[in-house]
Amino acid sequence: MQKMKLVMVGNGMAGVRTLEEVLKLAPELYDITVFGAEPHANYNRILLSPVLAGEQTIKDIMLNDVDWYRENGIALHLNKKVVRIDRKARVVYAEDGSSAEYDRLILATGSTPFILPVPGNDLQGVIGFRDIHDVDAMVAASKKYKHAVVIGGGLLGLEAANGLKLRGMDVTVVHLSDWLLERQLDQTAARLLQKNLEDKGLKFLLKKQTAAILPVPALSPNSPPQGERDDVPTLRVGGVRFTDGSEIPADLVVMAVGIRPNTALAESAGIHCNRGIVVNDTMQTYDPRIYAIGECVSHRGIAYGLVAPLFEMAKVCANHLAQMGIGRYTGSVTSTKLKVTGIDLFSAGNFSGGDKTEDILLSDPVGGVYKKLVIQDNKLVGACLYGDTVDGAWYFQLLREGRDISDIRDHLMFGQSHVGDVGHQGHSKAAAMTDEMEVCGCNGVCKGTIVKAIKEKGLFTLEDVKKHTKAASSCGSCTGLVEQILASTLGGDYSPAPAAKSLCGCTDRTHEEVRAAIREHKLLSIPDAMNFMEWRTPNGCASCRPALNYYLLSTWPHEAKDDPQSRFINERAHANIQKDGTYSVVPRMWGGTTNSGELRRIADVADKYQVPMIRVTGGQRIDLFGIKKEDLPKIWAELDMPSGHAYAKALRTVKTCIGSDFCRFGTQDSTQMGIDLEKAFYKMWAPHKVKLAVSGCPRNCAEAAIKDVGVIGVDSGWEIYVGGNGGIKTEVAEFLVKVKTAEEVLEYSGAFLQIYREEARYLDRTVHWIQRVGMDYVKKRVLGDDEGRKAAYQRLMYAIQAEKDPWRERAREGVAKYEFETLAV
Amino acid sequence: MSNWIKVVPLSEIPKLGARVVRHNGRDIAVFRNDGDGVFAMNDKCPHKGGPLSQGIVSGDSVTCPMHGMNIRLADGRAVAPDEGCVGTYPVKVEAGVVYLQL
Ligand code: SRM
Ligand SMILES: Cc1cc2nc3c(=O)[nH]c(=O)nc-3n(C[C@H](O)[C@H](O)[C@H](O)COP(=O)(O)OP(=O)(O)OC[C@H]3O[C@@H](n4cnc5c(N)ncnc54)[C@H](O)[C@@H]3O)c2cc1C
Ligand code: SF4
Ligand code: FES
Repeated sequence: MQKMKLVMVGNGMAGVRTLEEVLKLAPELYDITVFGAEPHANYNRILLSPVLAGEQTIKDIMLNDVDWYRENGIALHLNKKVVRIDRKARVVYAEDGSSAEYDRLILATGSTPFILPVPGNDLQGVIGFRDIHDVDAMVAASKKYKHAVVIGGGLLGLEAANGLKLRGMDVTVVHLSDWLLERQLDQTAARLLQKNLEDKGLKFLLKKQTAAILPVPALSPNSPPQGERDDVPTLRVGGVRFTDGSEIPADLVVMAVGIRPNTALAESAGIHCNRGIVVNDTMQTYDPRIYAIGECVSHRGIAYGLVAPLFEMAKVCANHLAQMGIGRYTGSVTSTKLKVTGIDLFSAGNFSGGDKTEDILLSDPVGGVYKKLVIQDNKLVGACLYGDTVDGAWYFQLLREGRDISDIRDHLMFGQSHVGDVGHQGHSKAAAMTDEMEVCGCNGVCKGTIVKAIKEKGLFTLEDVKKHTKAASSCGSCTGLVEQILASTLGGDYSPAPAAKSLCGCTDRTHEEVRAAIREHKLLSIPDAMNFMEWRTPNGCASCRPALNYYLLSTWPHEAKDDPQSRFINERAHANIQKDGTYSVVPRMWGGTTNSGELRRIADVADKYQVPMIRVTGGQRIDLFGIKKEDLPKIWAELDMPSGHAYAKALRTVKTCIGSDFCRFGTQDSTQMGIDLEKAFYKMWAPHKVKLAVSGCPRNCAEAAIKDVGVIGVDSGWEIYVGGNGGIKTEVAEFLVKVKTAEEVLEYSGAFLQIYREEARYLDRTVHWIQRVGMDYVKKRVLGDDEGRKAAYQRLMYAIQAEKDPWRERAREGVAKYEFETLAV
Repeated sequence: MSNWIKVVPLSEIPKLGARVVRHNGRDIAVFRNDGDGVFAMNDKCPHKGGPLSQGIVSGDSVTCPMHGMNIRLADGRAVAPDEGCVGTYPVKVEAGVVYLQL
């Protein structure tokens, strides 16, 4: 079959990212041709600022060199500007007459700096800040001349000014508004910034409007050598005049007053443009064979000027080009940072607020720290941080997730000090670390390895870093630190993972969308679900299959078919795999109680199978370690005890204290309550493991405050707490309700667990789910609706009925025998 | 040189699953994809020796149960960005029976 022809015009960041994605999804589908107006292969435009500042070189910022194009069979035409598209014949023509036919065309022409329409704007030495050529011109000017004027006090202008200053020029920034970065900062933060930059030697002229750019006065000491003037008919710049009549000297003028989507080519081809090439949610223009992405695009009326949204567009466009056809781009919330070394600034969302918003403010002008959080309807809608931006990524995440923050409102301002010990001691922590220091304790990854991977492999996201280095891919407690390293290595070009996270790379659907489809279309098996939702991969991956399997079982108990091959080995073998490939066996001991018969059988099994280690676990039961897989069914048969599910995303333990039967403080029979709960919920699969505890009095010897459901006996009944966690990051359970009877304890905790089972994302512990939906929601569902609660409890009981004891099935009924037998040859 | 050894009926390897064949004290993982494709390799992950046979099989690769490295079934190579490879063995299915060449 002949391949289709894909042509791309514009060789910048958004375009090439799209090609990378296409090559990943459908490497064989297209013959690809690329035209780029610049003489360079694909480079990281963002990092032109550090290049100008002398912190990096052009070589450092190349993303894909010409070899990459060759290796991927892409025909690359550098230094060729495309000037015409013949949409009927489907051919593009470049300036030099060369041409290429297309079946699909991508326009990724980026944008051009806006040049103020004032007299003298075409003088020599008046430039924008957009590409390598501009940087070369600035560096050359800095060697020869003294006075630089940057028009525009936005991000780009300040980065240009900083770079030119570091190159030894005398720099003045001219700005029209009352304060710098008025689109990114409020006035207070901007004043701090200005002061900091003034300390670095920059000069500012605010509220100044440029009237004209003036040429060098004839024969002034500044005029360039005679020879140069002969070659170039235009005169060189010599100064700038403002509307108030004042003038300042200038040997170089950098216009950084904004960008304009580069739509000339599209317009000449009759493609609809309106401040950008107009595209739909699949990045198609009005001519469906022609896609457009990047800064040249107007999507739902917005033209973006930062890479994070452009990369999201690239993903969707590639998805469509690869004929998957399920991706949709629905717009982005963006955040900004300024890439000037030594200055920390972050802003996102609606940071100036309005009548319906409330502000939380922290202002320490002397210490150089200012933070403003804007809240509306219990949600974070904007953030503006100056001086301490460590929590920027976290606020941004909250903002995009639209998470209810009422429960953390009182300490919101103090940041995410709760992302684990290593995670959040500040930017300085990541920056201060040496390359040999370990970042990820689980996978033994050092800072140097991460930084190297980010630089050499051109990584932009946390997901990329996880994949390439394994850092933060296990327990996740170092995620914050890895994000900081990303941020400090990439400067402003850091985009935290998108908000509506798809389940995994095999689909664009979110967990919630997948659950809804399973429920609404009564999908009962993994192949059905994947077919229906147009999975990209033939049978998913190790992330989505276990999630799908759980969603099917929890939505359609008794009906959906369990798929053992979609379960992690522990849940397939019903034992925990150990580092040497042996397994552990943890029999259930109801509420932590046992008897002499069980202990004797455990001892006999330990002798007979020479169990190398017996431990009392942290969950009040006994663990036998180092068991050979083929011995598991025999051991289970001889123990004759139920599975403890210590290996499963299911009910684990119900920890109890001794309670009123023996303890002098006990107010309730906590042991019996624990046994009852454990017997009721035993065999309950869940999004993640679930742990309960019951204490007989508020002394709380069973540590109920850090369990998914904690029950505490008091004189008049029982208090129920939910959402505790004693693991990676300790979370104290929140009070849900106080009830009188043991039956009510069962019903309220059962209903809570069932709603969690039905609505949480796979691998969410209860606390993560509650953080997402808010405690108010949980209370509404469990307390506010008696019928609903009873029904939820009934659904849980019905679901559990479908389950048998897995050890018994395998030991006595011969289920899944193949799983345990080794074949000898 | 036809030292093909009969191992197991194909029907006794679950689709998207594996069986372990023990030969001279060494474990060999024999995988089956979601069709009748069968693949054999040493049951030892190039990362830290995890038993690949216990992993989740999807598409043309298996995910190691220990730390999640993906290994291609056809040639035992780690899927990029991971690096490393495992020794593979020729396998064939004849009349519904799996044979291994050791
Ligand atoms: C055996 C035991 C340690 C011990 O010897 O005491 C243990 C052992 C393991 N824990 Fe644990 N945890 C054990 C009690 C705990 C406790 C204490 C408790 O339950 O009271 C906690 C904190 C409480 C909590 O979960 O909220 C605990 C928090 C974790 C975590 C972190 C969970 C979290 O959400 O933060 C993991 C990792 C995970 O699940 O992803 C983990 C994972 C593990 C795994 C399963 C690691 C693995 O995937 O292989 C260990 C398996 C060992 C094995 O082969 O059997 N273990 N683990 C304890 C078994 C209790 C039981 O009888 O079932
Ligand atoms: C100095 C600087 C600093 C920045 N800092 C940040 C930052 O910190 N964070 C952030 O998110 N973003 C930053 N940006 C913005 C970011 O670089 C852009 O959003 C991004 O590069 C846009 O990608 P693009 O592919 O749409 O356009 P570009 O990268 O501009 O690529 C378009 C390419 O198309 C070529 N072209 C145009 N017309 C034609 C034609 N007719 N034929 C052939 N080729 C053509 C152009 O020459 C250009 O090479 C910065 C930009 C600059 C200039
Ligand atoms: S038992 Fe738990 S704490 Fe101990 S090493 Fe294993 S996972 Fe870590
Ligand atoms: S042993 Fe296989 S990934 Fe670590």
